[in-house]
Amino acid sequence: MRRAYFKANWIAALLVAPQLLIIFVFFYWPASQALYWSLTLEQPWGGGNTWVGFENFRTLLSDAYYWNSVRVSFVFAIASTALAMSMALVLALFADRQLRGYKFFRVGMIWPYAIAAPAVGLAFRFVFNPHAGILSYINEVLPGFWDPTVNGTQAVIMVVVAGAWKSIAYNFIFFLAALQSIPRSLIEASAMDGAGPMRRMRDLQLPLIAPTFFFILVINITDSFTDSFGIVDVLTGGGPARATDLLVYKIYADGFRGFDYSGAAAQSVILMVLVMALTFVQFRYIERRVHYT
Amino acid sequence: MADISIRNVAKSYGKDSIMQGVNLEIRNREFVVILGPSGCGKSTLLRMIAGLEAITAGEIAIAGQVVNDLEPRQRGCAMVFQNYALYPHMTVAENIGYALKVAGVGRAERRAAVERVAQSVGLNEFLDRRPGQLSGGQRQRVAMARAIIREPRVFLFDEPLSNLDAKLRVQMRHEIRRIHNRIEATSVFVTHDQHEGMTLADRLVVMNKGTIEQVGTPEEIYDHPASVYVGGFIGSPAMNFLPGQVSAARAAVVLGDGQVLDLPRDVATAADGQLVQVGLRPEQLTIVAPGTAELQARVDFVEELGSGRLYHLLVEDLPLTVLSPDKHALRDGDAVGVTVRPDALHLFGAESGRRIDARGARVAAPQVVPA
Ligand SMILES: Nc1ncnc2c1ncn2[C@@H]1O[C@H](COP(=O)(O)OP(=O)(O)OP(=O)(O)O)[C@@H](O)[C@H]1O
Ligand SMILES: [Mg+2]
Repeated sequence: MRRAYFKANWIAALLVAPQLLIIFVFFYWPASQALYWSLTLEQPWGGGNTWVGFENFRTLLSDAYYWNSVRVSFVFAIASTALAMSMALVLALFADRQLRGYKFFRVGMIWPYAIAAPAVGLAFRFVFNPHAGILSYINEVLPGFWDPTVNGTQAVIMVVVAGAWKSIAYNFIFFLAALQSIPRSLIEASAMDGAGPMRRMRDLQLPLIAPTFFFILVINITDSFTDSFGIVDVLTGGGPARATDLLVYKIYADGFRGFDYSGAAAQSVILMVLVMALTFVQFRYIERRVHYT
Repeated sequence: MADISIRNVAKSYGKDSIMQGVNLEIRNREFVVILGPSGCGKSTLLRMIAGLEAITAGEIAIAGQVVNDLEPRQRGCAMVFQNYALYPHMTVAENIGYALKVAGVGRAERRAAVERVAQSVGLNEFLDRRPGQLSGGQRQRVAMARAIIREPRVFLFDEPLSNLDAKLRVQMRHEIRRIHNRIEATSVFVTHDQHEGMTLADRLVVMNKGTIEQVGTPEEIYDHPASVYVGGFIGSPAMNFLPGQVSAARAAVVLGDGQVLDLPRDVATAADGQLVQVGLRPEQLTIVAPGTAELQARVDFVEELGSGRLYHLLVEDLPLTVLSPDKHALRDGDAVGVTVRPDALHLFGAESGRRIDARGARVAAPQVVPA
């Protein structure tokens, strides 16, 4: 690789400054504040804070509600990622078999990703409404069959579906682009070698899009931990009985409804570390296995 | 038995017709080379035989069975792609053995077959490498091995040697011919390199703009090109063309500047008065002292080739090249004579571009298969 270099360092500094500033204002500063708060006890009505060390974390880790939230978050992350990725992959495989001008779809399909999470939540609130949504017809036949405001499992399903829907289109576009970038002659060579469409999918297409698959996996998992607040807030408010009390939601609820700033800060520090650790592990152990040559 | 019949095949993409009424009979175990300039439809024809491209009209039969609607894997063809199309995530051994794996051949048997084939193309040491870790020539051999291992009825090659250096190309050419003979397959080989085509082919098919210009042995095509196009395309340096008019009375063709080249009387009679192009191959002309031969010319410039010289002459204002092993001491502008062997004079209709023979008719036209 050729390295560009600047004669004067101040030009380089000037060029990266805006980005550094943004990263500082929106990440390092709040993150360090959160870290500071998590190690102190903050008075809800102001009036200073006292240093307590790891006390906040200790309290948190002995809190059954917190562990419930961790469990629910993992269930949500795994389920919504699996659903979003598998649906997107199936759609992309079908589309790839027919499509040449996929660029047209790219624009149309990216929109859901651009919709804010609360809007998605709102849409699904109608879709899954036990009295007026699509499943309300079942309720007419079997009264009480579908009611996510009471049934915790159904509430989780609802949140998972809404969360997955938001990223299916995004994933689809990446999968389709990856599939379309596989040289046509490879597919033809395997057709000459006797492989049918299913076989080609398994032996060629899936292994060859592995790098994209990995990338999408990281994005989806990270997103489902950090970007699901709006959906939960609008759809379930964390209920019923904390069945959908995701970590991001709990931070908000504890901090701004419960006025436990220090506890919320500790939670966000843990979430931050968790997401970083997950990303690190994925890069370290999965990425290595998906690149050739 | 795997003869291939191509009957009245046409191909169009939407409204663009890129191939019209192609007829060709390829006999069992024959090595046929399809030759033509870039974009003339060689690959398309090959891919229609393979089943990778739909046939717009007409039909293709392999071993007597019409294959228009068969999937590639049902046609029993193996193909070597121009860019090799190796599976980048598989090792060389997996690449070569993939067809057998798909066919459900057991692991041990597969391994043995892969090793045997790899041996025959000299790839043993590389079986555990990925294609990305091979040189161009090695990749090309993997592509060959992958095709050979299936022992196909029909071998299809799409310019498989075009990415190799000159020496390796000759080597692989011999290897391909040897493999063809050994596994007794029918081979169709596409190239735009006439030298490669001439040396490999039992029969050559010369294509131009989606049609077949001529089919014949390399010798037939060299000695009796069916059209101006074939004459100019086959042979290097290229054939010279001089315009003229046939005169039966003088049993000759009269060139534009009034010079006269003798013709056999029957040819002259058959084509009396016709405007023609006279085709002369540079290597079949001889330079002699001025005034002692039928054709008078001037030296334009001379190119040294090492083994001989290429003399660029001018007949009036028209270029005429002569290839000769003799090193004449000539300077630019010198007057020379050129002798033309009677059997080296090719006559083509100026209008039609088709060859004119003793009967004034076309010879060696593309074979037409009765429907
Ligand atoms: N998918 C397609 N859509 C439209 N036209 C096509 C398509 N594929 C090929 N063609 C056209 O068909 C003609 C023949 O193409 P083909 O690939 O058979 O040429 P070729 O003789 O193999 O040339 P080359 O020596 O460059 O490989 C070309 O003019 C090309 O532009
Ligand atoms: Mg081609």
